[in-house]
Amino acid sequence: MSRRSEVLLWGAQRISAMVLALCVVVHLVTMIYAVRSGLSAAEILGRTQGSVAWFAFYTLFVAAVAVHAPIGLRTIIGEMCNWRGRGLDVLTGIIGLSLAMWGMRAVFAVFGGGA
Amino acid sequence: MENLKVRIWRGAEEGGFQEFEVPRQESQTVLDVVTYVQRKCDPTLAYRFACRVGVCGSCAMTVNGQSRWTCRTHVSKVAADNRLEIAPLRNLPVVKDLVTDMREFFDKWARARGRFTGSKTRKDEFERVSPESKERKRVDAGIECIGCGVCYSACDVVTWNKDYLGPAALNRAWTLVNDVRDTARAERLAAVAGDAGCHACHTHLNCTERCPKGLSPTAGIAGLKRAVLAATLSGEI
Repeated sequence: MSRRSEVLLWGAQRISAMVLALCVVVHLVTMIYAVRSGLSAAEILGRTQGSVAWFAFYTLFVAAVAVHAPIGLRTIIGEMCNWRGRGLDVLTGIIGLSLAMWGMRAVFAVFGGGA
Repeated sequence: MENLKVRIWRGAEEGGFQEFEVPRQESQTVLDVVTYVQRKCDPTLAYRFACRVGVCGSCAMTVNGQSRWTCRTHVSKVAADNRLEIAPLRNLPVVKDLVTDMREFFDKWARARGRFTGSKTRKDEFERVSPESKERKRVDAGIECIGCGVCYSACDVVTWNKDYLGPAALNRAWTLVNDVRDTARAERLAAVAGDAGCHACHTHLNCTERCPKGLSPTAGIAGLKRAVLAATLSGEI
């Protein structure tokens, strides 16, 4: 990978880390609120489905995960397994796409559609 | 005072520890101990030193598992139970006993463009650099490096990635990036970018923890990361 791409990957990981820090806090607070209020799964889905704001928030969350995690994994695998190069780039790219796909599947399930 | 029980690495990459008894003395340094062993116990022991006062940076070794300069490390500070284990620096090939081959360490300074590149001649006026300027203060924070290799030995990223330039070379590059007289900023930023450069640093802070001069290569590397990203986004490199 070119020097420019390496630097841009580093930048993308730092920016996605900032986004994740915010998203994780919002997510945890929301989860704790939902659990402590004793909401059932049906009640939670009733509130979430059709919500454009929550759909946008969790889409951002999934995007940040899909960017952040593969870049970090690429570094860890490179250092721990001494494996670098195109093969590793392809593998981590597939991991990123998979995370994005599974994450968006969950987002559509919880926030997509109407009540 | 009790005798010190000292285990010293003998051999090269392959080898083992040899044990010596060394009389304990007041204000004794680890370098004093090694010198005693060579002069009184085994003259074939190889080690490197020069100034003995913390200036030349040639006597660094691994003492009880940690990289240190030995001439200014008092035995009382590191051998509470009167035991010392002295080995060569990590992350460098061992030539013999406590002597490492420092070539890759200094070659990486060259790869990081660690040489000043100016535009003026001896006929020009001196450049005026205010001691209060932001750049000069950044240079001051990193300029006292003595090239001892302690940070390089303590760095886990060097262990994991043999191409990684290491804390000392990157610290040197950072001082030059902030030298307003230097004319090779873009080439230097390009040289320290990427997987084997500043972006490989995980901010473990081992270098900062162990630097005998109290410098923080980690801070300089963080500065390089930001400077390289900015230069990449602006198209400077």
